[in-house]
Amino acid sequence: MKRLRYLLPLALVVVLGVFMMVGLTLDPRRVPSPLVGQPAPQFQLPDLEDPARMVGTDDFAGEVVLLNIWASWCVSCRQEHPVLLALAEQGVPIYGLNYKDDRRDGLAFLGSMNNPYVWNAHDLEGRVGINWGVYGTPETFIIDRRGYIRYKHVGPLSGRDAQYNILPLVEQLRGESL
Amino acid sequence: MIPEIGQLALILALLMALVQGIIPLVGAHWNHRTWMATAHTAVAGQFLFLAIAYLALTYAFITHDFSVAYVANHSNSALPLVYRISGVWGGHEGSLVLWALMLAGWSLAVSLFSKGLPAVLAARTVAVMGLVSVGILSFTLFTSNPFEAIFPVPADGRDLNPLLQDPGLVLHPPMLYMGYVGLAVPFAIAVAALIGGRLDAAWARWTRPWATAAWAFLGAGIALGSWWAYYTLGWGGWWFWDPVENASLMPWLAATALIHSLAVTEKRGAFRSWTVLMAILAFSLSLLGTFLVRSGVLVSVHAFATDPTRGVYILMLLLAVTGISFALYAWRAPTVRSHAEFDPVSREGALLANNVILMVALAAVLLGTLYPLLLDTLGMGKISVGPPYFNAVFAPLMLPLIFLVGLGPLLRWKHVYPLEVTRRLWHTLLAALAAGVVFPLAMQGSITLMVVLGTALGFWIIFTVARDLYGRATQRGGNPLTALGKTSAGYYGMTISHVGFAILVIGITLLMAFEQEQDVRLGYGQSHTLAGYTYELRETYGVRGPNYEAIEARIVVTRDGEFVTELFPQRRVYRVQTQPMAQAAYQTRFTRDIFVALGEPLPGETWSLRLYHNPFQVWLWIGATLIVLGGLMAAADRRYRVFARRTREKSTDAPDKASTADLPESADRSATP
Repeated sequence: MKRLRYLLPLALVVVLGVFMMVGLTLDPRRVPSPLVGQPAPQFQLPDLEDPARMVGTDDFAGEVVLLNIWASWCVSCRQEHPVLLALAEQGVPIYGLNYKDDRRDGLAFLGSMNNPYVWNAHDLEGRVGINWGVYGTPETFIIDRRGYIRYKHVGPLSGRDAQYNILPLVEQLRGESL
Repeated sequence: MIPEIGQLALILALLMALVQGIIPLVGAHWNHRTWMATAHTAVAGQFLFLAIAYLALTYAFITHDFSVAYVANHSNSALPLVYRISGVWGGHEGSLVLWALMLAGWSLAVSLFSKGLPAVLAARTVAVMGLVSVGILSFTLFTSNPFEAIFPVPADGRDLNPLLQDPGLVLHPPMLYMGYVGLAVPFAIAVAALIGGRLDAAWARWTRPWATAAWAFLGAGIALGSWWAYYTLGWGGWWFWDPVENASLMPWLAATALIHSLAVTEKRGAFRSWTVLMAILAFSLSLLGTFLVRSGVLVSVHAFATDPTRGVYILMLLLAVTGISFALYAWRAPTVRSHAEFDPVSREGALLANNVILMVALAAVLLGTLYPLLLDTLGMGKISVGPPYFNAVFAPLMLPLIFLVGLGPLLRWKHVYPLEVTRRLWHTLLAALAAGVVFPLAMQGSITLMVVLGTALGFWIIFTVARDLYGRATQRGGNPLTALGKTSAGYYGMTISHVGFAILVIGITLLMAFEQEQDVRLGYGQSHTLAGYTYELRETYGVRGPNYEAIEARIVVTRDGEFVTELFPQRRVYRVQTQPMAQAAYQTRFTRDIFVALGEPLPGETWSLRLYHNPFQVWLWIGATLIVLGGLMAAADRRYRVFARRTREKSTDAPDKASTADLPESADRSATP
């Protein structure tokens, strides 16, 4: 029994090793979300920049839009920021959900770079995030004109993702009738 | 021609490492003296060839030899000389060569200073380090060859990442690697001792200076990285809980636990198998850090080139090293008995508590760092665990640890009467609490519970240290200066590190509680006031650097109408990589930093600026410097060298017996009250 205790570190190494090995081989960026194909959960939250103003899902009804979940403490969000800027430049409306973040930090994040967002809803406690099934930041949803979630991307968007997945899908969804 | 020589030297170094790793182990097993002695010649050869390879690569950088792919990718004809020299470790391949060179350097040092060790243990230690070298060098040669040629030869190079073109970054990686690689020494001795089945006082005492030196280098590397992030990234922060920062913090925490448990093992013979575990763990975590940075499994600001074959190789290396050594541990450690007994309230008890807290903190950081990877593996998505988690977990763990830092050194070994300690120390504790209230009030004008706790605990360490010094100076009734002069360097090293830690704690507490930042939009001639300082944007103009263009702003800072300073933050665009970089400007004073980062130009001749008021920021750097200096001082303690000489005289012919010899009490032991 006592000997087993000394095996513990080895066992931990084996378990972690398996995880890392799988982690290396998988490309788990595409995650099927139960929400894909479902109506987007409605929300109303204070605007990040102007807390007096309420913003929410009603603002983009009838439009094909991206909803990007981000936080200032998230390094991957910094990484994907240029991609969002490029998408916004190409006319894709991007709405932000600032997730579990201090307002000041969130504003500092936006202030330090160009701002691709139409607005940012401030989800301080992460309640809206729970409704949307957010695991962490960044995540990006595509919402169609009828208000249904059609696609979910987990992790930072790369230029390739934007070009080959996001833009074509946005084009296609724009062609759908209401 | 020169790159080919470098290539050849790298291959020869690998062969030398193979000899160094295998033959002495066989020799030690059969007790074959000449075979064991091979370790010491092979390590010299390995170091020599690696030095040649390293110099060849440096030469290729200096002479702009763009026929070498690595140089073409990490340099440019306009790159200043100092960054061409430091560019050698600016990318994945070259930094591996530096890693290997440092490992060979540490191995050579071990070999040179190993005369005090039993020959078998020395041979095995050097051999284990040789095997680690084999892993790193074959990884370099087979997956990341720095000398790979490129054809056609490009006309110019793609330039060094602008983030790396900075004095802070010139020093940060070598220091960090010195620490990472230095932890291979205690690891190798521990593994060698496990192979031989002998974990005695000689092993512990011989390990101590090495572990302490590696720990100090690692700390210096982390602090330099933090300092660099503070003034370069323009995010105004100094620690982001980024996976790679965590990757360096974890081995540091393990090494901190190691140097403290080594003290107990050496002085009291307790915690032996635990100390071995810490030695293996600290180096395993160094390798884990390397894996996390270079495999691309985690997303980070530091991410090197991410190539799956490299990831697989380094993972195999990591698993081989940790798997074999932990298996060895599981096999051998149960036979190690610690005979020393002690009460829970004693110096051993305090150090045990220190180790437990450090391990919990380490586990928390490890979990936070790997949690995204675990989720990822389970198909639950890529996420980032942020500072909210780490701050919430880390701070409460540190409070009892800081208390112990003050208390521990005042406790006697083995047994202490709690009542007597309380009687001795209650007024020190009260004084610390008073300082915790008064100091922030005087400096910042307000307090919170967290501020009082943090500051009071910081002062608690300083006051207990002062008490202890006073006690040492006066206890024998002789000349206080003579008494202090007789106290060992090890004691002073510990004291300096602890005081540095106290200063760091006070600095972090006050900084986190009272820092202010604001994003402002200013036109020319407009100003904004933050924390009593008024920042006025006077003008902006273009500046030309050797390989970048920049816009510089002149900002005049005043306080109550009095001129304070002018700050010149820049926004740079490097020509080749066209990456914008903020070069923040700041002024440091003993109790505050003022810091300005230039943002983007906004419509209507205005600029976005970020202003920071960071109280006590410099205390972080002072604290970190003292921690490192203390470590180096303790590592240089004379008694380790005296001990080496003494065992050498005793152990000429009975390699394994002499090391168990009873050692005289060290200077600092006998001076303990």
